[in-house]
This record gives sequence, C-alpha cells and structure tokens, in this order.
Amino acid sequence: MSAGEHASRAGHVHDVVVIGGGVVGVTLARALSRYHLDVVLLERDEEVGFGVSKANSGIIHSGIHADPNTVKGALEWPGNVAWMTLRDELGFGLAQVGELLVALSEDELVSIERLHAQGQAKGVPGLERWDQQRVRRHQPNLSREVIAALWAPTAAVINPYEAVMLIAESAAHNGVEVATAEPVVAIDPPDPDGPIVLHTPARTLAAHYVVNAAGLYADEVAGMAGVGTFSITGRKGEEYLLDKRLAGLVTSIIFPCPTATSKGTLVTPTFDGTIMVGPTAEATDDKRDTATTPEGAKEVFAAARRLVPGIDERDVIAEFAGVRAVADTDDFVLGPTARRGFINAAGIQSPGLTAAPAIADHLVEVLREEGLQLTERDEFEPRVEYPVRFAVLPMEEQAALAERDPRFARLACRCELVTEAELVDAVDRGARTLDGIKFRTRAGMGRCQGAFCTWRCITLLADRRGVPIPRITKRGGDSWIVCDRDDADAAPPRPPVPATSPPAPAAVEVAGSPGAGS
Amino acid sequence: MPITPDRRHLQSRYDVVIVGAGPAGMAAALGARERGAEHVLLVDRETDPGGILLQCIHSGFGLHAFGEEVTGPEYAGRFLEQVLEQDVDVLTDAYVMDVTADRRVKLMSPRVGVHTVDAATVVLAMGARERTREAIRIPGDRPSGVMTAGFAQQLVNLEGYLPGRRAVILGSGDIGLIMARRLALEGVEVVGVFELLPQPSGLTRNVVQCLDDLDIPLHLSTTVIRIHGRDRVERVTVAPVDDDRRPIPEKAWDVDCDTLLLSIGLIPDAELARSLGAQLDPLTGGPVVSGTMETTLPGVFAAGNVVHVNDLADWVSREAQVAGEAAGALATGARRPDQDIRLIPGENVAYVVPHTIASDGTHTLSFRVRRPIHGPTVLRLGEIHRRKVRAVVPAEMVTMKVSPRILEGFRGDVLRVDAIAAEEVAR
Ligand SMILES: Cc1cc2nc3c(=O)[nH]c(=O)nc-3n(C[C@H](O)[C@H](O)[C@H](O)COP(=O)(O)OP(=O)(O)OC[C@H]3O[C@@H](n4cnc5c(N)ncnc54)[C@H](O)[C@@H]3O)c2cc1C
Ligand SMILES: Cc1cc2nc3c(=O)[nH]c(=O)nc-3n(C[C@H](O)[C@H](O)[C@H](O)COP(=O)(O)OP(=O)(O)OC[C@H]3O[C@@H](n4cnc5c(N)ncnc54)[C@H](O)[C@@H]3O)c2cc1C
Repeated sequence: MSAGEHASRAGHVHDVVVIGGGVVGVTLARALSRYHLDVVLLERDEEVGFGVSKANSGIIHSGIHADPNTVKGALEWPGNVAWMTLRDELGFGLAQVGELLVALSEDELVSIERLHAQGQAKGVPGLERWDQQRVRRHQPNLSREVIAALWAPTAAVINPYEAVMLIAESAAHNGVEVATAEPVVAIDPPDPDGPIVLHTPARTLAAHYVVNAAGLYADEVAGMAGVGTFSITGRKGEEYLLDKRLAGLVTSIIFPCPTATSKGTLVTPTFDGTIMVGPTAEATDDKRDTATTPEGAKEVFAAARRLVPGIDERDVIAEFAGVRAVADTDDFVLGPTARRGFINAAGIQSPGLTAAPAIADHLVEVLREEGLQLTERDEFEPRVEYPVRFAVLPMEEQAALAERDPRFARLACRCELVTEAELVDAVDRGARTLDGIKFRTRAGMGRCQGAFCTWRCITLLADRRGVPIPRITKRGGDSWIVCDRDDADAAPPRPPVPATSPPAPAAVEVAGSPGAGS
Repeated sequence: MPITPDRRHLQSRYDVVIVGAGPAGMAAALGARERGAEHVLLVDRETDPGGILLQCIHSGFGLHAFGEEVTGPEYAGRFLEQVLEQDVDVLTDAYVMDVTADRRVKLMSPRVGVHTVDAATVVLAMGARERTREAIRIPGDRPSGVMTAGFAQQLVNLEGYLPGRRAVILGSGDIGLIMARRLALEGVEVVGVFELLPQPSGLTRNVVQCLDDLDIPLHLSTTVIRIHGRDRVERVTVAPVDDDRRPIPEKAWDVDCDTLLLSIGLIPDAELARSLGAQLDPLTGGPVVSGTMETTLPGVFAAGNVVHVNDLADWVSREAQVAGEAAGALATGARRPDQDIRLIPGENVAYVVPHTIASDGTHTLSFRVRRPIHGPTVLRLGEIHRRKVRAVVPAEMVTMKVSPRILEGFRGDVLRVDAIAAEEVAR
C-alpha cells in the first residue's frame, strides 16, 4: 500500500507504529494483528525484508547455541518452536534438517559437552552425542578428521525472504498497514500528554506506541526519539552458494565448534537444495558494505574444506554478504525506554532470525505491560494462500492450471521454470522490484542469472503497476535497469573522470584456452 | 498449420520434433523434410522463430549459405520461408520442458497448455547461453547495471532502450565487440573493452569495425577485479594480469561507469541433453555427437550452439542440415551408419565435433585451436591427412572436410586432430 492511499487523517492516533520491515518488524506486526488494534509498519526500502533479513544463512538454530543468561539466548529456543507454527500457517519453505556440531580434535570435545549441557538446560529435545562411526554413516562426506559430534535434530533451514514476505502479507490481510518506501526521518520531542509524532517524507503520523525495529539503523532511530542510549556497529558476513549439482553433499547443517566471536563457518543444505557455505564475521565501519571479497571467499572455503573436503570454490554460483547489527551491549536491546511508549527491538544480531517470533511475542507482552489494550480479534486469519510453484507440481496439476489460466503455460524464467502467472501473482501480492519478484518466485535465481527473464519481469512490473519501464528498479533507490534513448542525450554532464590513466597493458604471452573468453 | 496454432493442429506423433527454432532448428527441419520425414514439428519458446539471429541486426550473415552478406533477421527470414513452404509445423511461444529417453516431448504453451507429443526422433537445437558475472566470480557490490552483452543487445535492438549511459565492456567476444559499436552509435559512452587474454576473443573483422573505427580502446591482458556501487554500478576496478592470468592489484585503476557489459563467452544450453542422460563433452559443454550429429541416446540428435559454440550462423545451418537429414532418415526407417572412428583433440586443438565418424561417410569436422598461429599452419588428421591454412586463431572455428577417399586406407579406430605451425612440422 502506498503512502498516498493512507494519507494521514489529521488528529488520528495509531495504536502502534512499527519502524522497520525486517523479520523482527513483520513478525511483530503480524502478532499484533491478532488484536483489535490500528497498526502501521513503516519500511524504508522499496519492499519488506530487503535488509539483513534476506541476506543471512537461513538457519533456524536448534536452540543450543546462545547462552541462556543473555536475552538472545533466552529467546533462541522459543523462537525455533514458534517458527514451526508459522510455517504450518503460512507454508513458506522450512525444513527441519537438524545440525551436527563436529569436533575435529580432542580439545574441541569440551565445546561439544558444554553446548550439549546448555541445550539440555534450555529444554532442547533430541540432543545426542555421536561417535565417529555414527557421524560417518550419517554424513559420509565429512572430513575423516571429525572425531565426534553433537546431533541437534531441531535445527531447520528456511527461505528467509519468502518467510518475511508471507508474514508481512499475512499481517496486511489482518489489517496492518504495511507501508514500504517510507522511512521515518524524524520523531518529534516528547509531549507529556500527547502521542509520539513521527515524520516520513510522505506524511506525519501519531501513535501511542512506537517499536523501533530498524535493524542496523535502530541506534539512529532511537536517537531521533531522544533515547539514543546504545550504538550499533556492523559485522559483515559473506556467504557462498554452490552449484545444485552438489545437492546431497551434506544433508544436515554442519557446524564447527564455535570461537569467541562467532559460530564459525557453516556448511548448510539450503531449503532449495543448494549447498551454502559461510558466513565470515568481519567488523565493518560501513553498515551498507555488502560487498564480497576475495579474502572473504578464501577464509570461507578454507574453513569449509576442513569440515567437508569435497567443497571447491570453483562450484560457486552466487555470493552475497549481510551485515549483522551488533549493539554495544553485544545482546539484543529489547524493551521499553526512558521515553514513554517508545520501545526498542534493536541489536538483533544472530540468532535474530531464529528468535524473531519469540521477540515478537515478548514485545506484545511488553506492550501490554506498558498499557496497550489487547483484545483478540475473532476474525484473525492465520493463513494466506501459498503461491503456486508450478515447477514442482506433477504434470496433471500443471496441465489443469494451464487449462484454467493460459498464463500458467507461458514460460517466464527458464532456469527455475517459473510461469508468467506466477510473476503476475507476485506483483499482485506486492512485488515492486525485480528482486521482489525474484525472492517471491525464484525467477532470475538460476544459472543464467536473469538474462532470460529480466525483460519479462520488467515489462510485467511496468504494465501492472502503471510505471514507465525506466523507472523499474532492481531493488528500489537508484538501482534502475534501463534508460530511455532520449534520456541518454539529455543526461546531466557527468563528473570528469579521475585523471588516473591505465598503465600500458603488459604484453604477455599466455596460452589462450577457447571458451575461457575472459 | 499457422505459426502458434492451438492443440487441434498438433499431431500426437511426429517423425521429428526439433527443440529450438534458431538457424540450427530451421535447417534441421529442412533437412528432415528433404529425407522424407512427413511430420516435422519445430518448437521455440520465443514468439518468433529465428533464435539469437533476431537481435543481430548487423550484417555479416550468409556469406557461405547464400553467397551474400545479410542481417541476422534476413538470414532467419530466408530459412523460415522455406520451412513454411515445406509444411513444417511451427509452434512458437512454446517451451519444451522435458524430453524422455523414449522421446516423449513435454511442452507448455498458452494456446496448447501443458502437453506431450511423441517423436520418432528428436533434434536438440537450444543454442547457447551467455556466461554471467557469477561464472567468473567478480567480487564487490551487487548493484544493477551488470549484464550480459546479449541482454544489452536485446534491450537496444529489440526493445528500444539503452542499458546505461557510460559502459565498460568486459571480454572481447563478438557480442561484446558488436555491442561496443552499437552503444557508441546510440550515444552511450563506451569507456573501453577489457580482455583477460593477450588476444581478442572475437573475430578480427569485429575488432577492426567495432573498436578501431570508433576509437574505442581495447585493453588486453586486463580484467575487472571489483564492482562498486550500492544501487547502480558506479565504477569498476580493473587490473592487468600476469602470465598466469592472475590480476596484479598494485597496478589496478578505477574506471567510472554505470554499466558493465559481460561478453565472456557462451555455454551450450544443454540442460535438456543432460537431464535426458546424454553424454556431455566437458571440452564443449555440449553433448557428444556422432558424424550424423546423433547424441549417445539413440534417436536424439543435436546441432548448432547447443553442441559447440559456433562463430558463424552459416556453419550452424550446415551442421544442422546434417542432423536433420539423419533424424529424418532414421525416423523413416533408414539404417544408422556405423560410426567406427573416434576423433580426439591433439596438439593445439581445444575440441573436435563430431566426436565419432563413419569411415564410409563424408564429414565436416569443426574445431577450435587453443593458441593463435599467425602464419602457415598444418591441420593434421592422424597420419592420413593434412591441410595447410594461412593462420589460425581461437576466435575462428576451423573446419576440415573428410571423405571416404581420405579414410579408405585407415584401419585404426582413433584419429587425432592437430593444428601445428608449418615450420614446426617441417622440422
Ligand atoms: C551473514 C549473516 C548470517 C546470519 N545467519 C543467521 C542465521 O542463520 N540464523 C539466524 O537466526 N540469524 C542469522 N543472522 C542474523 C539475522 O539475519 C538477523 O538477526 C535478523 O535478520 C535481523 O532482523 P531485523 O528485522 O532486526 O533487521 P533487518 O532485516 O535489517 O530489518 C530492519 C529494517 O529496518 C528498516 N529501516 C531502517 N531504518 C529505517 C527507518 N528510519 N525507517 C523505516 N525503516 C527503517 C531497514 O530498511 C530494514 O528493512 C545472520 C546475519 C548475517 C549478517
Ligand atoms: C550477438 C551475436 C552476434 C553474432 N554475429 C554473427 C555474425 O555476424 N555472423 C554470423 O554468421 N554469426 C553470428 N553469430 C552467431 C550465430 O548467431 C549463432 O551461431 C547461431 O544463432 C546459433 O544458432 P542456434 O540455432 O544453435 O542457436 P540460437 O540462435 O540461440 O537458437 C536457439 C533457439 O532455441 C530456443 N530454445 C532453447 N531452449 C528451448 C526449449 N527448451 N524449448 C523451446 N525453445 C527453446 C531459443 O529460444 C532459441 O530461439 C552471432 C551471435 C550472437 C549472439
């Protein structure tokens, strides 16, 4: 929904405004939609989930990892449990594949024992200590150096972007106004008798309660509200996806024993059947730095090969990086602040994805304690219709769909076999960008990386949204894809090119191999 | 039958079904009809037949096939005319989802739905796809504005838009060279073409006509080592490479641009062949084929860029004609000729197609060299045949005719193909 459709009514006070449409913001918005409340979610980006929530390892942790004496540790296991319910209601990709925490040396057995005990104390079921033989039988491709492992069957892999989008959709179905491309740019100073007043470029809103779930920028938003008591720094993690050919190399998530700062490099069988390796954990001054680097790749593959020697950097088909929002307390910053009605859900570092639904439940209780009236709605609808995935249907069902709507028989993405009807559905469900379509339908995720489907997606978006083609973007902002011919002439003069001149290319004799091209 | 008919017009069983209606598919259809195949179905996922030729609006096609230079669409048009004259069923806007080893072809199309047809023989003619950023793993940000040169060509030539305003082109393959010129003529600033290898990957005529004539610099032995830009490409870092093609970061420099076009090679689009279980050649990326272009699965043929990346459409048409004829003949009961000699790439030869030949057949062998030889070169077929050519470069496919006369005395079952500088042979 656009800002225009919801022009603020003068004097109207919303019950809750949620700032940030990451996994934390959307799960909270949906949790609130169970009650008779007027809730608005404001997301800066063109779509929900385009922050860290789409660029992570996609693991719903087993529940054993984080120290229960921390907030993140307390919410990890309840979060895991709550995801299973969400999956049952919304149908996004989530598979409980289990994890194996492996020890490569006698020293590491201590870690295994510690996490085993910690998991048991937290009530995580099914934990087992496995010996070498058992590990080998279960995961024959693991390093021969593995001497023992801790098996945690509760760990799951998830399609995080799909989950975030469906959760947001469910919240919207249940009456939450989900406004994208609408950043909060200012918050008025407190007025003891009045609501909290926020400003976006499009409007001014008033709310009794505001939840700050702005991810990496939650410190800035808290600052706007006059309660900037913490700061957030970025910790970057690079991830590498391997060719589908390697599907089955491991069938559970493989963890090394943890270090002081991170869980280490994992080898993950993603929900979609590819193998993912990563992440790194690198402090960064630039919260927007999501570049992958040769050094990152080197580190990831060296570490991954210690666990699974068959992994090879040459099998990479896609790579990305995400930035964890780490508060200076090194824990979640969750709960009320000195400003009445302004509540933080900040510093949601790992295992934030896992904990998100538990964070939401926790925040609902915080809001109740802060005086928010919560009356359940009888008409709350937990389900949304799960989008059709033509590619995985049996032929009879494909044929029946095509009979009903011929757009199911028109190819849109050839690598992932996505049909035009699925693109249309994605746009109707709120995709506003190329990435929005890609993350909803998988169009453009395959081998050709969008060479085939990009034009189809652009024209469809332009058509259905009534926007000129050059305004269609990859993911909002300045990420335009094509420009008009005339535009090229009228283009503003560009800044002069820096005077650095190329060193003369070295004339070297190299055996060229055809097909190598470049 | 009209192009893009509905289901009523489709037979349930065809002599030959051809997947892909580019130059390969169209020539195969004609070949099949010539050999008496009655019912031939030509399927393409695009709305118009013609394949990649439709976006190649430059001239440079047909010198061998028609004895004159025409544009890509004209070349395709001439073939299509014959295809329609020959009563080939043409089904466009139709995607072949699957082919089984017993040659059931599963396809989808808005007017036909999801549907299967049976085929006595199948010809795979799916062409090639372009290698992407992921294939060569350029580190850095992931903004919009990084695209394959072929996609940019589609944008400009078919859709009427520009890919950006200031472009860097990585890779000196033909598509990149042609796009450098196209973009320059459209008013886009083309900052330069960067090529990892010490020589251009495209045809010499394209280097001259597309770069030299327009003063677009070509940087050899240089590559892009990082992409910068949050939303849209803002600049790229380029660096020369050493003898092992490793970038030398100390010598790197930045180039401002909003677009990075990749012309870094094509790969046969052989997924169908792979899922069918046909043997693939790691050297070409396409299926292993016999002298009649039959894959290792009986009754399944392949031709054109899906087998190996050709430089000229004319060669594609010729090779596909062979495939079509053989598929037509087999479908109408002819005997399959014995393919008793295996060909293997030898000195300075990257691959050879076909992979096997019949000692009593006439064949055209196609291959590419690994290194350029800028002088008289001997092409050698085992010890039984030699041919001298002026020069060879990896960018240009080399062909060699083999006839039963040449093979007459040969008793072995393997022949090596070499390309050697004439002076070395003499020594
Ligand atoms: C590499 C990596 C791997 C990870 N792997 C895992 C894992 O396997 N399992 C796990 O549990 N966790 C994992 N995590 C952590 C997890 O991804 C995060 O904890 C979680 O996604 C945080 O969600 P969020 O909603 O707080 O943040 P975000 O998704 O970043 O959402 C915040 C949103 O707020 C918006 N916003 C910011 N400022 C404003 C404003 N002024 N107005 C309006 N909107 C604003 C942003 O645009 C953004 O969309 C990983 C993290 C990284 C980096
Ligand atoms: C930019 C560029 C410039 C070129 N310039 C020249 C030149 O100047 N001179 C010259 O002689 N040659 C040139 N060529 C080379 C020539 O165009 C190609 O060699 C030739 O087009 C290859 O023919 P093909 O039929 O094998 O593949 P394509 O032309 O790629 O045709 C394959 C067809 O198969 C269809 N298809 C694929 N999979 C399926 C499926 N599953 N179901 C249905 N349909 C499917 C595709 O839609 C496509 O139409 C150029 C090529 C390019 C890309």
